[in-house]
Amino acid sequence: MTIQPPAAAWRHARTALGSAARHTNGERQSRARVLLIIAGFTLLYGALAARMTVLGVASADWQDGTGSFVQSAAMSRPDIVDRNGEILATDIKTASLYAEPRRIVDPDEATEKLASVFPDLDRDRLRRQLSTRSAFLYLKREVTPRQQQAIHQLGIPGIGFRVENKRFYPGGATAGHILGAVNVDNQGIAGIERYIDTSFLKDLQAAGFASERGLEPFRLSVDLRVQHAIRTELVDAMAKYHAKAAVGIVMNVRTGEVVGMSSVPDYDSNDRSEVLDKDRMNRATVGVFEMGSTFKGFTTALALDSGAATIHDTFDATSPLAIAGFRIHDFHGKHRWLSVPEVFIYSSNIGTGRMVLKAGTDLQHDYFERFGFLSELRTELPESGAPIVPKLPWSKISSVTMAFGHGISVSPLQTAAAGVSLINGGVYIPPTFLPRSEEEAMKVARRVLKPETSDYLRHLFRLNVLKGSGRNASVAGYRVGGKTGTAEKVVNGRYSNDKRRNAFLAGFPMDAPKYLVLVVIDEPEPEKPGIGATAGLNAAPMVSGIIRRIAPMLGVEPLLVDPEEEPAMALAFAR
Amino acid sequence: MISRANRTPIAEWWWTVDRTMLGLTLVLYAAGLVLSLAASPAVAERIGLPSLHFVLRHAFYAPFAAALVIGLSFLTPRQVRRAALVLLLVSLAMMILVLFVGAEVKGSRRWIYLGGLSLQPSEFMKPAFIVITAWLFAEGSDRPDVPGRLLAVLLLVIVAALLVAEPDLGQTMLTLAVWGALFFLAGVSPILVAGLGGISVAGLAAAYTIFPHVSERINRFLDPSSGDTFQVDTAIQSFERGGWSGTGPGEGVMKRILPDSHTDFVFAVVAEEFGILICMLLMLLFAGLVIRGLMQAFRRKSAFERLAIAGLATQIGMQSFINMGVNLNILPAKGMTLPFISYGGSALLSAAVTMGFLLALSRRSYDQHVTVVPRAAAVGHT
Repeated sequence: MTIQPPAAAWRHARTALGSAARHTNGERQSRARVLLIIAGFTLLYGALAARMTVLGVASADWQDGTGSFVQSAAMSRPDIVDRNGEILATDIKTASLYAEPRRIVDPDEATEKLASVFPDLDRDRLRRQLSTRSAFLYLKREVTPRQQQAIHQLGIPGIGFRVENKRFYPGGATAGHILGAVNVDNQGIAGIERYIDTSFLKDLQAAGFASERGLEPFRLSVDLRVQHAIRTELVDAMAKYHAKAAVGIVMNVRTGEVVGMSSVPDYDSNDRSEVLDKDRMNRATVGVFEMGSTFKGFTTALALDSGAATIHDTFDATSPLAIAGFRIHDFHGKHRWLSVPEVFIYSSNIGTGRMVLKAGTDLQHDYFERFGFLSELRTELPESGAPIVPKLPWSKISSVTMAFGHGISVSPLQTAAAGVSLINGGVYIPPTFLPRSEEEAMKVARRVLKPETSDYLRHLFRLNVLKGSGRNASVAGYRVGGKTGTAEKVVNGRYSNDKRRNAFLAGFPMDAPKYLVLVVIDEPEPEKPGIGATAGLNAAPMVSGIIRRIAPMLGVEPLLVDPEEEPAMALAFAR
Repeated sequence: MISRANRTPIAEWWWTVDRTMLGLTLVLYAAGLVLSLAASPAVAERIGLPSLHFVLRHAFYAPFAAALVIGLSFLTPRQVRRAALVLLLVSLAMMILVLFVGAEVKGSRRWIYLGGLSLQPSEFMKPAFIVITAWLFAEGSDRPDVPGRLLAVLLLVIVAALLVAEPDLGQTMLTLAVWGALFFLAGVSPILVAGLGGISVAGLAAAYTIFPHVSERINRFLDPSSGDTFQVDTAIQSFERGGWSGTGPGEGVMKRILPDSHTDFVFAVVAEEFGILICMLLMLLFAGLVIRGLMQAFRRKSAFERLAIAGLATQIGMQSFINMGVNLNILPAKGMTLPFISYGGSALLSAAVTMGFLLALSRRSYDQHVTVVPRAAAVGHT
């Protein structure tokens, strides 16, 4: 208590006298700091404003970018044309019917009127949908002009049309597997259509350059005429041999271009429901099969190329080849020593087996890798199947069976691409569906065989058509050469005796090969009871039928008189 | 309208109160009511209440809160201080109580039920805490015999401990930030300020390591792929859908799936339906209110008034910034209501108390007012 008065007095004195200056000082500092806090808040709110501006700009993009369905539905695609400029796929304008339920005055009336044009619409559901307050609703995508006119004349408020692009394929199923398909929003979902989306169209659309017409037509290596010939031959053969499926591929051996490729049953790209049907898958690229004796061409090539055998060597085919408890038989047994050409034209399993045993599994693996059999073949088509190959190290028995095309499953396109190297002078050219010149092809090509080996193979193929199992593939004047393959199908884990998958790998003209043709036919039945159903009896004539039709289109000059065959003209007249 | 010659308390109030801030406040409350029509029915329907449940409650609270703002703005600084002291003591007592009798909602005990009303004591603590802290700091620098700063630190420790105990880390951070601003304004040396800044960074790091949900949220913010960012993703989508001009009232769809669309994420709902331009306008209302408040603080000669006004404005500013920042995904997800706008009785009334105190303190004080009457002298004084 005694201390208080002096303290109070001191305080009072300070307030009255000296404190004024000190106060002002502290006050000034404090007020300056208030300004600092104001500056801080200005910065913070500025950051919010900046962020909102960024979002606003982003949303403007978002609203007219590919993200919204409005845009994706209307987006246009480039035409797809074949190598000669024939249209394979194009956009046409269609109308889609939509409703704005909140603007509909009388949902009941609107429902009845709509149902009079579209009897298939569910009335109860439609009435319910139209009675809501929602802003937008698609009623039917892709209506016909007639339906559009009918709806238009009914004059229902709150019902309108949105013009959309619809993909149309004039050829229907002709090149279905190559072209693929688009979904209802005109986005590629399969085949080249998908390739177009993934390779450049999406980027173009994102950049806003694909909004309307003016996209360059997208040209393929495919020739529509060849494609049509292949497909009709396949369809005819399917009917003729009551087969389950068939594949046909034509490749340019100089450029690796796929000129035609068909796999039936196929789908009509205009009908999306067919695209998803599993039985209609693209067997040419997705299906992997044991290709059977067509593989003997590759085995012979590797034996000759590596020097394991010469064209003059002979192999013992007197008795079945016993290996690891299995006995390898010949289908057309000769029961004697066979020369290399004889092994080839008689399609000797024993002889081919002995050939590969002489070469060894390491060489076989090396060459199979070069032929592209051991890895998945990637082309522009998104659909592809990975080969099924035995695990390393390969046993002798699997090495021998692979020599004649069993125990290894590859896709037909993979076989065709490897086959190209057998006859074009020994270079492997990755197959493509886009146009490619010979110079461009040489840049991506890689040598797998010596040119001499390829020469031998050409002669062997030709010999097989002249004298061996491929006689039925012959087309007078066009020097066809080829190799049959009759593979027994695996049913319930065992090779079946009566279910086959036949193939024929051919090239023409064999003196200077230009095109390769591969045909595969699944489970053909004998044409007539009593005769067989081996490849020579169905796959070979299919190849003949295809080549007969496409060779003139492709500008391959026939020899009027083929010294190896009967005169072409005479034969033509005889028919 | 009201004559300057009129000497009734109403007229005196009208001529002394900051009418710009009052107007902004009332506009914000009105906006909150309108926006609740957009944001609340979706939530109410989702949790099975009548669709206007929250709207009606908001419509009850908002005018009440507006009235509270006006009522409190009649107080003199001394009355504000006393009211704040009472409010602080009551709310601190209730915050202790809430730890024992509070209802646990989403893992926290923040709510106390009084006769059918749910109250969040920590909301009412905030404005009172700011005013009292400002007073302690002011007294501390004015009168060396009062250990003001020490008491302010003590008060902060008590409040922070109670908030962490609930736990309510959002409020804790906000309280710390406002206290830090007051500390900064109290004129302490820059070295001390820097030291405090270091301590708060360390505290943040500690929270990051101690509380799993804090570290999770911050990790998620820094690396969105590390976890569920549904809320902020949906919020951002609202902005993208809305664009500059919005989809239109009632057209929003994000609010149907956005949790807390009527409280913490009301800003995103506004963005979708009314557009980013309206969001910017809303933000400008807050910015205007806060900067106007701070300008008032700048003009004050009295340390207590300057500190209290600045603290209250800072609180509104920080809270609105954090809320909008979370909605815009420039801050880690943190539950924080948007003052005046978000639904919530306690939040609405707490903002009213804050604003009422602010307006009361920023009124031109009586002695100034007297000297203002001769017009010539007015220029020199203000």
